[in-house]
Amino acid sequence: MIWNEKKECMSRDEMTALQSARLVKLVDYVYHNVEFYRKKMQNLGLLPSDIKGIEDISKLPFTTKDDLRDNYPFGLFAVPQSQIVRVHASSGTTGKATVVGYTRKDLDIWSECVARCLAMADVSKNDVIQVAYGYGLFTGGLGAHYGAEKIGAMVVPMSTGNTKKLTTMMLDFKATAIACTPSYLLHISEVLAEEGKLGELKLKTAICGAEPWTEKMHQDIERRLNIHAHDIYGLSEIMGPGVACDCIYNKGLHVCEDHFYPEILNSDTLTAVPDGEVGELVFTTLTKEGLPLIRYRTKDLTSIDRTPCECGRTSARISRFKGRVDDMLIIRGVNVFPSQVEAALAEVPEVSPHYVIVVDRVNNLDTLEIQVEVNPEYFTDEIRGLEKLNKKITHVISQALGLNPKVKIVEPQTLVRSQGKAVHVIDNRKLY
Amino acid sequence: MSAKQLSVFIENRQGRLGEVLNVLKNNDVNILSLSLADTTEYGLLRLIVNKPEIGKEKLAEQGFSTMLTAVLVIEIQHEAGSLQTLLEILSKRDINIEYMYGLSTNANRAFVVLKTSDLNKASDVLAEYGIKCLTSEDVCAL
Repeated sequence: MIWNEKKECMSRDEMTALQSARLVKLVDYVYHNVEFYRKKMQNLGLLPSDIKGIEDISKLPFTTKDDLRDNYPFGLFAVPQSQIVRVHASSGTTGKATVVGYTRKDLDIWSECVARCLAMADVSKNDVIQVAYGYGLFTGGLGAHYGAEKIGAMVVPMSTGNTKKLTTMMLDFKATAIACTPSYLLHISEVLAEEGKLGELKLKTAICGAEPWTEKMHQDIERRLNIHAHDIYGLSEIMGPGVACDCIYNKGLHVCEDHFYPEILNSDTLTAVPDGEVGELVFTTLTKEGLPLIRYRTKDLTSIDRTPCECGRTSARISRFKGRVDDMLIIRGVNVFPSQVEAALAEVPEVSPHYVIVVDRVNNLDTLEIQVEVNPEYFTDEIRGLEKLNKKITHVISQALGLNPKVKIVEPQTLVRSQGKAVHVIDNRKLY
Repeated sequence: MSAKQLSVFIENRQGRLGEVLNVLKNNDVNILSLSLADTTEYGLLRLIVNKPEIGKEKLAEQGFSTMLTAVLVIEIQHEAGSLQTLLEILSKRDINIEYMYGLSTNANRAFVVLKTSDLNKASDVLAEYGIKCLTSEDVCAL
């Protein structure tokens, strides 16, 4: 089913006209309401009237995650705090979180976008959907929740952390849909298989996101659970989940491009690459009030296809993700920057600044190991002392990342010291 | 009075213990006693050697985390119950044993190596009972 046929199936010309009108309005809005953008435009000698349509977007300045950090917490908000009705936050590249704010209208549009995505996954008011993304500052839980309520499905706000309760309710409530990370869904399928209960499932569709997954994982999930699995994409800076999702034809993720204008750019030259070629995904929020962003660099690599889809939708589709421009890792759905680990370890005098992050996937769940070297002057020959140190490091890192790592103390001088940019990450998962 | 123990941190990797022993051999450092405490991730090798300072220096040069720790080396009767008698003395005075291992010589003599909570106090308490703790020089002369 198509949730909003008028918007999702409009002709290319109509869409371009709508995007143009919205961009012109947006530029005028940020120029007058966000000092950061006004200054950036002034530095480029740009006036709002210079932007006459979507074709002028390349004249506009970029926005990065660092800009959000530098204006922490609310510096880029375009409305007074009294109009903000909710905030979410995600990992920043250093200790500071990236904070995003929503007006009531922003939340309505977000729900609308998630509803479109759920409809692509064939979710309707007749469905029972378990939302097993984390509820809280992370956008996954509440984002999926509000979209599912808008559709009118019966929402079970599971959040994360208790697989046993989840599988029990999945069977008892006859859940037909689930929203969670793809690796967690694979884990759930294994738990159910072990209990011999796969046959009792009423599940027919899954909306998976918050981490990259391969086509093989996609097929594994569909085969094991006998369902359709859909890839939902989003990022808190732009909105949260619901920016894009794939339909049953599995030919790329339909972008809600009347709200989020996508560009695919060469990440070195920052110029547009032709449709079909891989580049960095850049979004401009066309309708957001609380935290409108112009040309936000997602650092995600993908390609775009603007031809109509077999499902009837005409919205542009982005391909399954091909990687990242930066060194951000997504572990159990949580964004992790190596620089966060580095900053956390700097607070522990007992360890050297050298570290290695080893990420793997065991039984479909991500594992995170941090290897550190103990400074010789803090070396102790008592296991109790080393274990105490291990606990201290684990605590500091888990506070910084929101994830519990396994800390491994290694011998001094054993972690690789490379020339120039250090290699701090070993990712044994094959995600792209 | 105490003796010096050479402690070495070893990751649980194949051949790592052999590398430590190789460094000691090449520098003519003889091992009189040893204990290896292990966890799933790493081990702590504790050694009584004839030349602890040289051992520490050479191992550190090779990148090992090492340290010299003061321990008590005590001779006990080579008969049943003698170790228990010794531990009772320490226990009565609230001295905890951190770790312990044996040391024997080719003569029919028995020694224990002890790391306790308060080493000086332990040494004093033992002296009250006429029990002497060996120095590193004493140990080398055994």
